[in-house]
Amino acid sequence: MTSTLTPVRKRSALTKGQLPKAAPYIVLAVALVLGAAILALIGFNAFGWAIVSAILFAAGLVGWSLVVEGARKAKDKLATCLVVGAFLAALLPLFSVIWTVLVNGLPGLLDPGFLTTSMNGVTGAFDNKTVEEGAPLLGGIYHALMGTLLITVLATIISVPVGLLTAIYLVEYGEDRALARAITFFVDVMTGIPSIVAGLFAAAAFFAVVGPGTKTGAVAAVALSVLMIPVVVRSSEEMLKIVPNELREAAYALGVRKWRTILKVVLPTAISGIASGITLAIARVIGETAPILVTAGFATTINTNVFSGWMASLPTFIYTQILNPTSPSNPDPSSQRAWGAALVLIILVMLLNLGARLIARMFAPKTGR
Amino acid sequence: MSKRIDVKDLNVYYSKFLAVEDVNINIEAKSVTAFIGPSGCGKSTFLRTLNRMHEVIPGARVEGEVLLDGDNLYGPGVDPVTVRSQIGMVFQRPNPFPTMSIRDNVLAGVKLNNTKISKGEADVLVERSLQGANLWNEVKDRLGKPGSGLSGGQQQRLCIARAIAVEPQVILMDEPCSALDPISTLAIEDLINELKDQYTVVIVTHNMQQAARVSDKTAFFNIAGTGKPGKLIEFGDTPTIFSNPTEKATEDYVSGRFG
Repeated sequence: MTSTLTPVRKRSALTKGQLPKAAPYIVLAVALVLGAAILALIGFNAFGWAIVSAILFAAGLVGWSLVVEGARKAKDKLATCLVVGAFLAALLPLFSVIWTVLVNGLPGLLDPGFLTTSMNGVTGAFDNKTVEEGAPLLGGIYHALMGTLLITVLATIISVPVGLLTAIYLVEYGEDRALARAITFFVDVMTGIPSIVAGLFAAAAFFAVVGPGTKTGAVAAVALSVLMIPVVVRSSEEMLKIVPNELREAAYALGVRKWRTILKVVLPTAISGIASGITLAIARVIGETAPILVTAGFATTINTNVFSGWMASLPTFIYTQILNPTSPSNPDPSSQRAWGAALVLIILVMLLNLGARLIARMFAPKTGR
Repeated sequence: MSKRIDVKDLNVYYSKFLAVEDVNINIEAKSVTAFIGPSGCGKSTFLRTLNRMHEVIPGARVEGEVLLDGDNLYGPGVDPVTVRSQIGMVFQRPNPFPTMSIRDNVLAGVKLNNTKISKGEADVLVERSLQGANLWNEVKDRLGKPGSGLSGGQQQRLCIARAIAVEPQVILMDEPCSALDPISTLAIEDLINELKDQYTVVIVTHNMQQAARVSDKTAFFNIAGTGKPGKLIEFGDTPTIFSNPTEKATEDYVSGRFG
């Protein structure tokens, strides 16, 4: 009887040496301890500790891997360390910003009446009382919140038709004509316009047409649309471009006119991308400060008419509260209000981004059997 | 419900490039005509000129006449949209509208043109078109589901149902089976055989067996070399083309000695 059993070996011939599964954790622990030791010599601080430990960790893991597993695996580990390191470095400021605004802004936001009252009649005397006698903090951001919402909505109403129709022209009718190429070029230029220039343009235009000193929410909305239109054009154009030509041809072959094809086949197919592009464009301009300051001015009272009178907005509210506190001798209540407004602004942008995702999902072409 | 097509001295250009030269062909009503030939010989281009779909490509133009029952498609004042509603087209890759359900895909030609149609009439039209495309039994329980959820062969039959729902005179098919498996191909070939009772069918195919199976007449297109225009080499009854062609090039092609 012959045996065909393969000889029993300790390790498969197809593998090389392997690090134990816990290797990264071991190296991390060693790196943290070593890092702390090194930092202790030159004066300890948390930031330096993190940097030194990270370098030690990467060097230790790659070196160990090189000895045990060979060069290829070591390179793999090095690349992983770099990718993860870059990811953490990118994420750190983001979390830091959110954390700072959350910590500083929450007391202001939780203040009763913060979202429902304006700064009308709130003077430095009240803030002094708050600080010195512990009286409740008065004043809120209602007027600024209203201003931001109204100005942004009006800017959207102006920008979306202009931007979307431009994108439709470029993709469906442009055919690489000189006009289309010129529009593409100028849209690219417009993307890079500094926001203050857009503000000055809108202010100057209204000064010339309506009269000097015209500062209303509508002027601010025009300034914001100058910033918004190129973003809407660009994102809509990309979305329309990826609609397969086969769908257009299918509609033409059924005897459907071009404009109906665009309206009923191309746009519905691209609508989810277009909608999220528009939402991101809104998120981009909602925090603009400079153009609003020169176009809508600044107000402490509630003004819901975008066509007359100065108008407050969240960014300008933050700006003035920090730069010119309501009570110059006791700026703390003002800065608390400013942080609260900043938190509201960030929440608005987050809501918009969430909204964009929801819209994208809602409109996305249906799948399923 | 079907018309004949007569083509006289047709040249097709892409800007200055002459893609197809001097085609003369008479396509009978209620018959299946197959265009065969090597890749790049202009048969798809020529097919697209038969319902003015080539105009979608910038720079494309034609010289000559295409007569649909005597009316020139390229006459002055002819609206390409009217032409296309009389001459439907099925493409190489199935392209149902992804945003629409199966039912809406069938009704696309009606709905996209905003033609008023009652629900009862729409139901009848959907059933008749899907029956006509041999798809009714497979999808009748899920008409509300997206058309993109069907298999490739089903999607192609859905596209055929969509094309016949607008009740065209002629149906053009541009390699309708090249993206399908043999069973779906067979289903579509059977369908083409049924369609010719009511419609004039023109089909472009790379599959010579398919041309031999489904067509009454076959046109062989060829190209002398890259950069040269494609030409119609021979046109005749399918059995003649495949067993006893007059041209040497046709014989070489159908017997597999070339291309």
